[in-house]
Amino acid sequence: MSRILLLQGNQAVVEGAIAAGCKFFGGYPITPSTEIAEDLAKKLPKIGGKFIQMEDEIASIGAVIGASLTGKKVMTATSGPGFSLKQELLGYACIAEIPIVIVNVQRVGPSTGQPTSPSQGDIMQARWGTHGDHWLIALTPGSVPECFELTIRAYALSEKYRVPVILLMDEVIGHMREKIELPDNYDEIPQPERKQPTCKPEDFKAYATDESLVPAMPPFGSGYRWHVTGLVHDETGFPKGTPAATVESTNRLHDKLYNNLDDIVEVENFKMDDAEYAVVAFGGAARAVYEAVNMARAEGIKVGLVRPITIWPFAEKQMKALAGKVKHIMVHELNYGQYVEEVQRVVAGKVPVTSYGVYNNEPATPEELLEKIKETFK
Amino acid sequence: MKQELRLSGSGGQGLILAGIILAEAALLDGKLAIQSQSYGPEARGGSSKSEVMISDEEIYFPKVTKPNLVLVMSQEAAKKYVDDLSDAGVLVTDSLFVKDLPTSFKGKVYELPITHTAKTELGKALFANIIALGSIVKLTGLVTEASIIKAVLNRVPKGTEEVNEKAIKLGMSLIK
Repeated sequence: MSRILLLQGNQAVVEGAIAAGCKFFGGYPITPSTEIAEDLAKKLPKIGGKFIQMEDEIASIGAVIGASLTGKKVMTATSGPGFSLKQELLGYACIAEIPIVIVNVQRVGPSTGQPTSPSQGDIMQARWGTHGDHWLIALTPGSVPECFELTIRAYALSEKYRVPVILLMDEVIGHMREKIELPDNYDEIPQPERKQPTCKPEDFKAYATDESLVPAMPPFGSGYRWHVTGLVHDETGFPKGTPAATVESTNRLHDKLYNNLDDIVEVENFKMDDAEYAVVAFGGAARAVYEAVNMARAEGIKVGLVRPITIWPFAEKQMKALAGKVKHIMVHELNYGQYVEEVQRVVAGKVPVTSYGVYNNEPATPEELLEKIKETFK
Repeated sequence: MKQELRLSGSGGQGLILAGIILAEAALLDGKLAIQSQSYGPEARGGSSKSEVMISDEEIYFPKVTKPNLVLVMSQEAAKKYVDDLSDAGVLVTDSLFVKDLPTSFKGKVYELPITHTAKTELGKALFANIIALGSIVKLTGLVTEASIIKAVLNRVPKGTEEVNEKAIKLGMSLIK
């Protein structure tokens, strides 16, 4: 049985977190993500979970890392200013391989920016915000139902690959209310399980791996003892300062994700079958593009939408294939132009790539996009 | 046919809630609906707008660009949010707050005593948003009367069902 509701994207994230088995939220509310904290504060205690409002954003990511080490599925939610503060511990979760889900409902920045206005200006920050070579996953929902689905997927990927997953939303999707059909109970939603060691506790090496390159992760308190550190470490979990240890660790953190891009990277194609031109757009910005594509097709322009659902790792294979298929690509995003640089890198001059960045506090309308499509693809 | 509505006024008048209720009523009728809003950083005061789109088909872009109806419940909203209303559209104002109508608009205007009715008939200005919903539903027939009443009752605090249902009916009665 299911129920039909009118929910905000932020509220659908909460439902997705609960459905995926999230039992801990540590956060510090900030517009436009506040509804996530608000709803989880009401709901988690009723299902045996814990909600803690921490003293700041840094402490809240610290709390979720700690809770994850005890075996819990965890979440924190924020917006740009808070996401900036979380970067140091995000890197810690990358190197220590601690599964966490971080929601960033983007707003106009930098700094305090425009707190209530939509933006997609944190695309590159999500990828490179923390220092050093590191790899993680970022997903961008384009509708309220997709907020629910992608939150569940964020947990599945985070647990499977022991990696932080960023749910990179924007204010358009976070705050709009839309129809969503939810199951009455979440018992039948598959719960991702963290890989557990098969050896005895005394034989346990915390970062020893099999061909998946993902180490087992027993919860703290289960009898398996291990050392967690932000220093480069070997399979024992203890720091090791040799060049070889750094190379091995770095390669494994890369390969555990990049050997599995087909499992991780998801892209939606809308009216692309016979398309001669493509608009690449994601999240809230893509909503206007669906309509603009339909309007342009009514005028005889064979254009389609390519919507990356996985933002990071970059959809390299899909964008290369796109460059072999269409005559011209336009990248539309709610910022001055960030994702477009990755598209240009991969397309490598094979076809023209035009940037249509919008950064005036409002998403571009379908009419504005239609104009741009006609101007760009003539 | 997609219908686009904008409910505007100042923060605290309950217009975001009114938009949610209208969208939920449309879902109860088996239609699709999207509600969105924009507001300043202030908790009260400042301009506020809540937008609702109702359609039988999928709605992609969630913001109103060609409103069929605009409700303005403050003089500032009347200045700010009526520009894109075509003369084929309908403007509804709260006559207690909106003294000067936007001169650019040449279409049909309903100047309704929304907040005045809330104060005199129900004793509290806070029912103005529900009264406005009653007027809009009566005027447009966008959702059924049964659905708007059900949607209102789903959202209001326990013990206030009767007075809220009365507010809907009062709103409907303002449309002659």
